[in-house]
Parts: sequence; structure tokens; C-alpha cells
Amino acid sequence: MKILVGYKRVVDYNVRIQVKSDGTGVVTDGVKLSANPFDDIALEEALRLREKGVAEEVIVVGIGPADLTAHLRNGLAMGANRAIHVVTTDAVQPLTAARVFLKLVEKEQPGLVILGKQAIDDDANQTGQMLAALWDRPQATFASKVEIADGKATVTREVDAGLEVIEAELPAVITTDLRLNEPRFIKLPDIMKAKSKPIDTIEFGSLGVEAHDHLKTTHYAAPAKRSKGVMVKDAAELVAALKQKGLL
Amino acid sequence: MSKILVIAEHLGGKLNSSTARAVSAAIAVKGEAIDVLVLSDAPDAIAAEAAKIDGVSRVLTVAKPENAHPLAAVLAPQIAKVAAGYSHVFVPSTTFGKDVAPRVAALLGVAQVSDVMSVEAAHTFKRPIYAGNAIITVEADASHTVVATIRSASWSAAGNGSHSAPVEALSIDAALPTHTRFVELKQGSSDRPDLQSASKVVSGGRGVGSKENFDIIYKFADKIGAAVGASRAAVDAGYVPSEMQVGQTGKIIAPELYMAIGISGAIQHLTGIKDAGTIVAINKDGEAPIFEIADFGLVGDLFKIIPELEQAL
Repeated sequence: MKILVGYKRVVDYNVRIQVKSDGTGVVTDGVKLSANPFDDIALEEALRLREKGVAEEVIVVGIGPADLTAHLRNGLAMGANRAIHVVTTDAVQPLTAARVFLKLVEKEQPGLVILGKQAIDDDANQTGQMLAALWDRPQATFASKVEIADGKATVTREVDAGLEVIEAELPAVITTDLRLNEPRFIKLPDIMKAKSKPIDTIEFGSLGVEAHDHLKTTHYAAPAKRSKGVMVKDAAELVAALKQKGLL
Repeated sequence: MSKILVIAEHLGGKLNSSTARAVSAAIAVKGEAIDVLVLSDAPDAIAAEAAKIDGVSRVLTVAKPENAHPLAAVLAPQIAKVAAGYSHVFVPSTTFGKDVAPRVAALLGVAQVSDVMSVEAAHTFKRPIYAGNAIITVEADASHTVVATIRSASWSAAGNGSHSAPVEALSIDAALPTHTRFVELKQGSSDRPDLQSASKVVSGGRGVGSKENFDIIYKFADKIGAAVGASRAAVDAGYVPSEMQVGQTGKIIAPELYMAIGISGAIQHLTGIKDAGTIVAINKDGEAPIFEIADFGLVGDLFKIIPELEQAL
């Protein structure tokens, strides 16, 4: 079985996001970029399934400009067998990303596609579900445990009410939640090894995917700030203050 | 003119308050009709609750045994069929809505607007990106159906007084997949208020120190009638189950009172509580970032302070 893993590059989660003063975007020049944390979890899960003998090949997929290659090398260093780079300089919205993945699914015929539940830049939380719909296959979103046996995935999902367990026949799409696993660190020898692993490059335009964006972002703004409040000296003063506001 | 379809979220035969919040967003579109769609194996009681929400024009029900559990792959084709007559489909931005709405959008071949915070016009919305560190204004293509998830913390629930909308049963002819099956839902049993709709929330973090120590948080919350939440650190450390996590990837809440106890205030946690009315922080580290956004801060040992708070009540 092959596993396709979405591997998006985003602004590092430790970066304090600044909105440009003219409202045209957020500052990304000179900002540290890293793998989307949920995608690292997706890749780790795929690698563990390969190590268990459930899968033979793990393929990381990135959609982005030419310099995305360096990022995909990180995925290869972590342990993916090969990478697919869909080259475009345009920002890609979730529906377009799902359509790209569908094309790759048709070509590669994976048993599983594992994606992060959301990317921490646009926080959309859509691509996996959209791919599953277009592919007409099961989706198991927000996974915190995955077991593969007898042609199906038994997935524990983190939902608002607790933990939901569902069964999904393969092939299927899984999206990862935080507690699925702890991704491994990349070691130096792995970085050297990754240099010889293949990256297939596909021009976005050659896939025949409709790239019309239905959503236009017209303005970026900083969020309303909460102002710093007051420090109280003890429990009695705190209770008095909350009582005065009618909160206790 | 706009016609809005709101997808009802429910569990155990009861309507979730996220539905009435999504109706509030639908009201803000100022359209001509707001219909609520209830998909269930036994929708009648849920539909009766939905019919009382102010602003609802009609409640539509689809009763099928396959709808006993909210499987996105099963619900989405039915929603997509009903959506045909509507300009907007709104779904609460809970794990239920986040799961099913994109599947509906893809079936309709349209984009989705996630986590709508405000409706600026029928096709213009504000939503957060980068964990709420930037707010974008998004324009959806007016020639397509708008599928959107509604960020519950940004909307108060539409009222439910004497309103009584008609309920109509639909029969939907859609091929439903059998490739996805519900196995079980493991729910923490709790008599405490629901974390997402509670007016008061007490949360504990890594500073609480252990699963056993978390009792002090539960007891204090019970004293003031609050729901209990937790930071990611406390969940990861195994002190509490995952459904209690508050933050960017957990629950985003807007109680009137939020008390963060032993929580340092990572940016991902702050994202989940920014809309709270009053934030109280209790932490032994006076430099903890939680104090930057707290309305009231108290530096000290939580194990000493909580008993003192209980005394002072």
C-alpha cells in the first residue's frame, strides 16, 4: 500500500504574526517557515504504518513555488520514500488543493491519504474532507488513533463530545489531530540520505485542475486587542472584584 | 434575495446550542428565509426545539436510520441535495460542522468560508487566520452557494421565546455510502455545565501538576457553577480528557467569566479565550503571558489561593 501525505510549508508556529499596515496581508518576508505541525504528525503516522509493514511507500506532496524543494527534502529526511512537488507560484485554496490531490490519487492509487486537520496559516480545516468528497471515499478527521487491518481503518476521532470511533474502508482520507503521535526529529545522516531521494516535479498547469478561486480576501486586520487589566493582591480582593462585576 | 439553510447539530436527541448561534449569523445575512435542517434517525424532538428559535422560517427534517450518527460521508450528500434551493448553507464551526461542511462544499463544487466571525454583507464575511492573529475580510462569489462554518464564540444564541416555525418532513433520494461506519462514542459523563455554552469556565493547566490534583479545579468549578476546561499541556500530560482542551485546536469559547489557573498562556490557548467577557489569571509566575490579557491577575500558589477563594465566596 502507498500512503500519500500532504506536507505544507507554513509560517513557523513560534512566529508572532504581524499584519501589514496597509491591510494587504501578513508579513512573511524574512519570517521562519516550517512544516505545518499537523502535517509532521501526518508524515510520522505514515512512517509508523510503513515500519509496521502496513504500507510499503510513503510519498510527501507539496504544492508551491520552486523553492519548496528544500522543504520537501525535510519530509524525505524524516523518512518519506519520495516527494511530489506540484509547482505553482499562486496561493492555492483548499478546494483547489483537494482537486490537485485527487489528480495525484488517480495517478498513484494510494490506500491512504493522510493530511493535517488544518494548516496553521489559513486555519481552514477543509482539504481532507473535500478530497474525500471528490474521491467519494471515507473521511476520518481529527484522528488521535489509527489502526489498519482487514482493508479498513479504525480511527479514534477527537470530537467535542469526547472520543468517537469509526470504521472506514480503504482507500480513505485521514486528517490528524495533535495527539495522534509525536513526530520524530530529523538526524543529520538522514538529511544526507534525503539528497538522493527522488522529487517528481509536476507543473500545476499540466494537471488540468480548475484554479478559479471562489473566495477573495479583500482586507487583513490585526485582531482587537484585550488590554492588560489589574493585578490584585489576594483571593479576597479578587472575589470582591468579581462580585462587584456580578460574575460571582 | 438570500435563502439560508442552517444545519442543526444535535446529540442524544437534543439540539446543540451551536445551532441557535448559527441562526444568529443567518439572521445577520438579512435574507428572506432561514430554514433549519435536522438530519437524524428520530428528528421530531430536535425539530421541535429548533422550531422555537427566533428567526427560523421552517424546520426541515430528514428521518433515516443511516442518520443515527453524524457521519460526514452519509450526511453530506443529503445536505448537498437540500442545499440546491438555497444561497447559503451555514453549519456550526464545531467538530461536527468542521467535519461535514467541507464535504458539502466539495460536492457543490464551491469554496467554504471557515469560522465566520461577522457577516459584513450577504457575501462578505470576517474570519480569523493564524490562530486569530489576523482577521481577514473574505468575499465569496455571489454566483455560487456560500458554504460557511459559523464560529460559535462570535455569536450569541438566537432567542427562543414564543416562536413556533412549521416543521416539514423531507424525503431525500440520495445514494448513501456504507464505506464509513460508526462504532462508538466515548463520552466523559459529567453533570457540569457544557464547556462550549457555559457562562463561567474554570480551566487548569500544567501548573495543576497531576490528574489527582485536578480535583481542586473540579471542586472549585462546582462551587461557582462553572464548566471545567484545560490547556493543551494539561491534556497532553494526561490530567484530563481531550474534550476539555481550550485553544486554537481545541474548543474556542466565550464565557462571561474565564478563570485560567496554572496556565501560562501560550498563544494557542489565548486564541481559544479571547472573546471571554472577563479573564482571571492565577499563576505563580508573575511573568506568564496570560497576565498580558487577563482583566484580573493574581500571582501565587494555586493550591493556597483556591481554598482562600472558596473561603471568600
